[in-house]
Formats: sequence, structure tokens, C-alpha cells
Amino acid sequence: MFDKKELEKIKQEKDKWEKESYFKTIKKQPERKEKFENLSSNEIKNLYTPSDISNLDYIKNVGFPGDYPFLRGVYPSMHRGRLWTMRQFAGFGSAEETNQRYKYLLEHGETGLSVAFDYPTLYGYDTDHPMSRGEFGKCGVAVSSLQDMEILFKDIPIDKVTTSMTINGPAAIVWGFYIANAENRGISKDVIGGTIQNDILKEYIAQKSYIFPPEPSMRLIVDTFEYGSKYIPRWNTISISGYHIREAGSTAVQELAFTVGDGIEYVKWAIKRGLKIDNFAPRLSFFFNAHNDLFEEIAKYRAARRIWAKEIKKLGAKNPRSMLMRFHTQTAGCSLTAQQPEINIVRVTIQALAAVIGGTQSLHTNSMDEALALPSEKAVRIALRTQQIIAEESDVTDTIDPLGGSYYIEWLTDEMEEQTYKYWDRVEKLGGVLSAIEKGFYQREIANAAYKYQKEIDDNKRTIVGVNNYQIDEPVDIPILKMDEKGEERQINRLKKLRENRDNNKVMRNLERLRKAAEGDENMMPFILDCVHSYATLGETCQVLRDVFGEYEEAAIY
Amino acid sequence: MERKIRVLVAKPGLDGHDRGAKIVARALRDAGMEVIYTGLHQTAEMIVEAAIQEDVDVVGLSLLSGAHMTLFVDVTRFMKKKGMTNVLVVGGGIIPKEDVPKLKKEGICGVFGPGTPCEEIVDFIKKNVKK
Amino acid sequence: MNDLASKVLKGDPRSIARLITLAENNDPKAAKLMKNIYPFTGKAHVIGITGVMGSGKSTLICELAREYRKQGKKVGIIAIDPTSPFSGGALLGDRVRMTDLALDEGVFIRSMGTRGMLGGLASAVYDVVEILDASGKDIVMVETVGVGQAEVDVIKIADTTLVVVVPGLGDSIQTLKAGIMEIADIYVVNKADRPGMEQTVAEVQSLVDISCSGKDRKTPVLTTVAKENKGTKELVDEINKHILFLKKIKQFEDKRRLRYEAELVEIIRKRLMNLIFDEKKLEDTIERLLDQISRKEVDPYTAAEEILGKILK
Repeated sequence: MFDKKELEKIKQEKDKWEKESYFKTIKKQPERKEKFENLSSNEIKNLYTPSDISNLDYIKNVGFPGDYPFLRGVYPSMHRGRLWTMRQFAGFGSAEETNQRYKYLLEHGETGLSVAFDYPTLYGYDTDHPMSRGEFGKCGVAVSSLQDMEILFKDIPIDKVTTSMTINGPAAIVWGFYIANAENRGISKDVIGGTIQNDILKEYIAQKSYIFPPEPSMRLIVDTFEYGSKYIPRWNTISISGYHIREAGSTAVQELAFTVGDGIEYVKWAIKRGLKIDNFAPRLSFFFNAHNDLFEEIAKYRAARRIWAKEIKKLGAKNPRSMLMRFHTQTAGCSLTAQQPEINIVRVTIQALAAVIGGTQSLHTNSMDEALALPSEKAVRIALRTQQIIAEESDVTDTIDPLGGSYYIEWLTDEMEEQTYKYWDRVEKLGGVLSAIEKGFYQREIANAAYKYQKEIDDNKRTIVGVNNYQIDEPVDIPILKMDEKGEERQINRLKKLRENRDNNKVMRNLERLRKAAEGDENMMPFILDCVHSYATLGETCQVLRDVFGEYEEAAIY
Repeated sequence: MERKIRVLVAKPGLDGHDRGAKIVARALRDAGMEVIYTGLHQTAEMIVEAAIQEDVDVVGLSLLSGAHMTLFVDVTRFMKKKGMTNVLVVGGGIIPKEDVPKLKKEGICGVFGPGTPCEEIVDFIKKNVKK
Repeated sequence: MNDLASKVLKGDPRSIARLITLAENNDPKAAKLMKNIYPFTGKAHVIGITGVMGSGKSTLICELAREYRKQGKKVGIIAIDPTSPFSGGALLGDRVRMTDLALDEGVFIRSMGTRGMLGGLASAVYDVVEILDASGKDIVMVETVGVGQAEVDVIKIADTTLVVVVPGLGDSIQTLKAGIMEIADIYVVNKADRPGMEQTVAEVQSLVDISCSGKDRKTPVLTTVAKENKGTKELVDEINKHILFLKKIKQFEDKRRLRYEAELVEIIRKRLMNLIFDEKKLEDTIERLLDQISRKEVDPYTAAEEILGKILK
């Protein structure tokens, strides 16, 4: 992209500048750090010039938005045409309470829904299961049956607004609840839109809300790809996630490498099943973290898009829609503090800015009380306003990929891509993704990165404002969300009545048919839907699958 | 005599967030303690049984899902039932300040929330472990 | 007899755990208690399990324990992990793989750090085996740190030693050849559902053919998929066969004798180290001698003779 002679001249001038100005200055006043290393331990230079991206081929490597390799964005007009979806992750207590919160958020301008489920639901247990003790509604909404899903979305126009559901182990069943509820409301399957997270690989690696072992879990996931591509065309049947990997302590490069690597693995499994890549790949979506290092995050998203496009093309895709990587972003929960929580608003703003400039399709901004409790109404409203200010007042969306061409950003994008391939080589040598998971490779990398980060904070080499520096002694004084104490009792009674009033013979028959399907090799979705429609509970349906597939147990890796 | 402080680090209930528990485990190891990690999804019975067999000096409970008032208290009550009075119990995770006094009353002697430096936990244990 | 000792003999977990701690810490109270329980030892079958990290030892032990429980046997498990030479601390994570056994009253699991001892075992492991034995366990399994060629001490303590390998660890068999591979009474190829299984079995088998030529017993090579509980029953049968074999050729007592010798040496070593370094009496002498050695006024041999002379008087 640059003239060779020009580059030589620039290099010489830079050397001159360093010798004459830069070194002199830092001798008098040393730089604030001995080495400037970013969160992925990449050393960052004082200045980037065209020499750093001398091999960049604009047409081949950078290109145009909406065109392969999609580095600058997945759509031709990006946020100039349509803003990202403002989709706040929400859920707590019982379906009634969460339904209220959804209405509040929609009223205040969010444009998509996102469901947080409580731990029992995430693990496929009903509220009245012994393992659910103490956990009802604490970190998300409890959904034990189709009835709860009906209440959750009461009076919400799910034919007009899309819903993302963060559910993994029992994703197929919870998706079944959503589909069945829509059907019962007369909304056809080809109208409803949304996403199920349904990414089991990152559960083994980071989030740990797995149920079954890898092979049957992968089978269930491909079942959803198949079913979705045939019957629910507007649904993203997976949200391949890096968010949780990052939250568990990984670096940005690891987040990038492990996530996109997981994505490729899913595609390979689906192809092995016999699915045609262009039939399901357009409905694969991604989910990334937005952490503190503004520029590293932007470079990360760009690199992700280009890597995905290249790899999907290699795997035989012909439809460009298969190669473009759409993603949702959430700002980094792990970066927020319990001390001086108001200043979390500032952190979230920087992180949200990274996601927007990085070209996200959908965004959740965390609330300032993240480290204390689930979001209060005020806190979540401010989080939503943060997105709205960026959208309406900052003008960053006036042009597409504004940092494209920055010497630093293009260099960092290339660097992160290169390091991703290096990680993939290591995974290959370990026998592939599932084998590397079993050997604890990812978990060890993440644990080491997490420990390094914490040590830097404890040794005061890294400042966290308000925590190890700039502390105050005032008590925290912000409203904290309080949940309905009667919620658990109400839920348990509701479940009891449900089990009494439904046609239990029908439920038994459907569960039995699901068991047979699970033992065989048919697509399980239709059988799951039958169970769901007859009001079999989440726990009952999951138990059938637990019986057939067994449960996964992990080793301890530090 | 070669005495080491033995610590059980446990994740009660369904919460799968183990980043903190693992970091604390490593920090305790680096401070010379023997750390037994139970893994995820532990019930109170499992935690106390492990504490007995491993004859630990400290039980550390980590929880980020909000269920601490039930699950931490389950553990200390079960320990009391088994007559385990010499074991120091500490906890960490996402625990609102207003719950801390209640937890202390139930026998959880130290509660270490987000932002606690590892050294603080190490020092607390060294100071409060029952000889 | 001491109250704690009699509780240990009755199988009370609290007491067993307490006595293990006393033994591990080299507590002066430990010796008397160990003397009390010693007459009640000798019944348990001690199985040593070693192999590289990632071979699935812990899962295998969990499944073996389950199988033994099915047969009505009581099981003790000692899981050893390395102590950090820098901090003196240890991360003991083997219990995680054995959550299923957590609430079984017939199983006792104890995690131990090596605490500076080389060879793959912990110094107090002999005591712990005796304690679990005396408390009524029929089987005591010792999971060692088995990462290389030096960690072979397990043969000193076990009646039957299992060496666990897995397919796909590259040329690990080659690297393990000298040392660990030779100590096996039974080879186990775990994770046998992985690619490369046949090749691994063949490699181990050829090792066996060479090393066992002309011997009374050919070391068996078994395959297991521990996480699916495949092959465990056959492994238990093979372990039982091994003990019968030892008794038949009258080598069982010889093997036990090796253990007693190692145990005796370890007790003596600890006592000596105690006398020399832990009790205050010789502290000044040692400091003085170290100063003299630093100034090259005295050599270490002469210094040692002086110290030994003092304690042997």
C-alpha cells in the first residue's frame, strides 16, 4: 500500500526523531512505565508509522464494509444505516417481576430483549429440586415450564422484537418453551427472531454451566442448527461466546483465539452431520467482551471478522452471508468495582465505545452496581442512556470503521490475527478443540492469565481506581435491587398446581418418546417440543437427557 | 514439627464462577498453605465431609450467585452439628455489605468481597487460624 | 489404650483424620498412637497408582473405589500432589475427580503434599497407610505424583503397582521407559477410546515381552475408559490375581518386607533430623560449624562427625 522509497524515508525520519527528540526527552523525564504492555502482554510502542503496516494490501486485507473479508464491517452501511440493537441482559426472581423489567426497558428505549436465567434453570433443575436450594431467582429469572415462559413474555410483542436467551446446557428445551409460547400466541415460527447462546464448548472452558458430556452436547447443538435452518429462519441458533472466557480471566488474544476456534469446531461438527455450510452458517452469531483497553478491543473485533471470513471460505462456503461475523457485545463485568460504584459508569462508557467503533451488531452495557447486586432500575436506565448518548451525541457512527487506516490499529489487528493462528497451532498439536479441553489447555491458559492479572493488582503494578489507588473511606450509597421474597414460594406452588392440572399420561408418553429419540440418532427438537407443549417441566425433560447422556465432571485446573 | 495450614476451598451450590476461588487457592499455596479444592456443585454435607477427612484448619467458601445466606449458613450449621468448633470459616464472592453481620453471627468469621487483595486473606487466615 | 487410637480402630473419620495430621506434622504425640494401632495393621491390600499428569489416574481410582464398594470392601485413598519447593505450599486437587465418593461412609480420601520428599511420595505416607489399614479399610490406594523417571518410590509401599498411560501422548512411552515403566505390576492404558490406542497397547506389550521374558509372570496390559467405567471390573480382578500370585510364589511377605524397611528408614531419618535440627540443643553447635565451614576452617565431613558424635552419645 505504501511506496517503498517513501517507507525508507519515513523510517529514517522516525529514527531521526527518536534520536533527536524522543530519547532526549525520556532521559530527562522517563516514561511512566518501563515497558508498556497491553492486557495480552503485547508490547506497545511509542509510535506507529506506515513502516509498521508496510505489507498491508488495502484491497485484499482491508477491503470495504459488507464485502469479504469484512474487516471494516459486516454490512455496507453499518451504523449509518441501522444502529446496533440495545439489548440489556435482564432477569431476576420470578417471571412476573422480570416481565415488568422488560416492559420498563422497552419503554426506555431498548430495542431487543435478553433473558438472564437463574442457576437452577441454567442447570436444568426445577425450582423445587433439592439442588435449587437457596438459588431461586438470585442471578436470573426462574423458568421451570412453558407456563413461566408465557408469564415472562406476557403483553410483549415477540413478533416485533427479538429475544436473546443466555442458556446453554438445556438451551434446546428453553428454546422449545419460547417457540411453543409463540405458537400458542398465534405467532408463526418463521416470524419469531432471536438467539440462544447454546455454546457448550465455552461452558467447559469457562462458564461451567454444562450438564452433559461433550459428544451428546454437540449432537444437541447440531440438532438445533438443523431444526432452526428448516423451521425458524430468523433465529440465531448459537451465540459463540468469548465474553465468559474473558470474564474467567483470559487475555484479549485468548478470547479471540478460543472463541473463533470454538466457532470453527461447531461448523466442522455440523458439516460432519451432513449439513451444508451455507444452510446454517448465516445463522451462527458471536458474543464478545468489551474490556478496558479501547484500541485492543477494537482491533480484536476487526481481527475476528477477518479470521472468520477467511476460515469459513476455506471450509467451502459460497454464500457471503456465511462468512460475515455478526456479534453481540457486553461490557466487561469483571472490570467493575464494588468500591465507588458510580465510577463504573465511566468504565462502561469507554468499553461501550470500543464495541460501537468495533462494529458490534448488538450491545449490553453493564450497570454501575454490577459488583454489588443485580441492576436496580436507576442503574440499568443509566446503562441504557450510555448507549443512547454514544448513538445520538458522540457522532462516532457518522462514518464506518473510523479507525481503519490507523497505523496502530491496523498493526494491532494483524498482530492479534497472527497470535490467534499461533494458538490454533498449539490446539492442533494437542489433538483439536475437544482434546485440548479435556487436557485442560484452555483452562490452564485462562487460570494463568487470571493469576498474573491479580498479582499485578496486588503488587500495585496495575492500578484499579478506587481499589488499590484513589480509595475513599465512604460507605457505598446507591440503591440496591430488592427482590420479592414471596417469589420462591409462589413459583413452587405454581409448579405443584401445574403438575396436578396437566395431562400426566401425555407428559409421560412424550418424555418416553424423547428418551427413545435421545438413545437413537434422530433430531431431538420435535420430541422436545412435544414435551414442552404438554407442559413437561424443564427438570423432567432434562432428567431424561441426563439419564441417557450422563453428566459431565471437570478436573481441577488452576 | 512441620505444621502446615490446611485450607479447604469450596464452591457450594450451582454457581460456576471459579476464577476467584482458583486465584485465592493459588495465593494461599504461594503463602505456604496446603489447599484442597473441592470443585463445583458442592452440598454442605460434601463440604463438611471433606473438611473432616482432610482435617483442615480453614474452610473457604466462594459464591457469586447470591445464594450465600442459605448455602454458607448450611455449611456452618452442619459443621456445628458435627462438633467442628476449631475450624475457621471464611467466605468471599458477591455478598452485599448488609449480609455480612448476619453471616458473621452464623460463624463465617471473615467475608472478602470484590477488590480484596489476596494478601489480606492470607494475613487474616494466619492471624485467626486456631492453633 | 488412648482414646483417639481406639476411635481410629473403630473407623471414626474425625479421629482417623486427626491422627493422620499428627503423623504428617511429625507431632511428638504421633509415635505413641502409631504404636497403639500397629498391631491391627497388615490386612489392607495396598495399591499404588502412578502415571503422567492427564492419564486419568484420579478418575480411574474413583471408578476402582466404586467397584470395590460394590464388592463390599472399604476403601482408603491417599492422593499425593507436589509441594512447591519455593513456598512450601501445595494445591491438592485430586479430590475433585472423586466427588461421587464424597458421601460414601465406606470411603476415606486424604490429600497430601510431598512436603519436600522426592520419589513421588510423601514422608508420612507409610503412617497414613497403616492408619487407614488399622481403621478397617480393605483396600488402600495411593495415587502418586508420577511425572517422570524419578518418581518410583511407590513400589516401596504398594503390594500392587499400577502404571497408567494414555494414547496420544506422543512418544511418552519412550521417555517413560527407564524408570516408571519398569515398576508396573499391571499396565493400564486408560482413555482407551482415544485414537492411537492400539499402537499404545502394542508399544507397552512389546516392552512387557522384553522385560518379562523368562519370568514367572507376564505383566498384564489392560485397557480402560475410566470416565465411562469400562474395564474397571477386569482391572480389579487382575489386581486380586496379582496378590494371589505373590502369595503363591511366596513373594508377598518379601514385598511387604521392602515396605517395612522403607518405613523403618523413614522413621529413623525423621527422628535423626528432629534430633539434629529441630530441637534447640544443637542449634548453637550447628551455627558455629556452618560459620567455620564458610571460613574454610572445617570441612563438612568433620562437621557431620562432630554432630553425629554428640547425638550418638
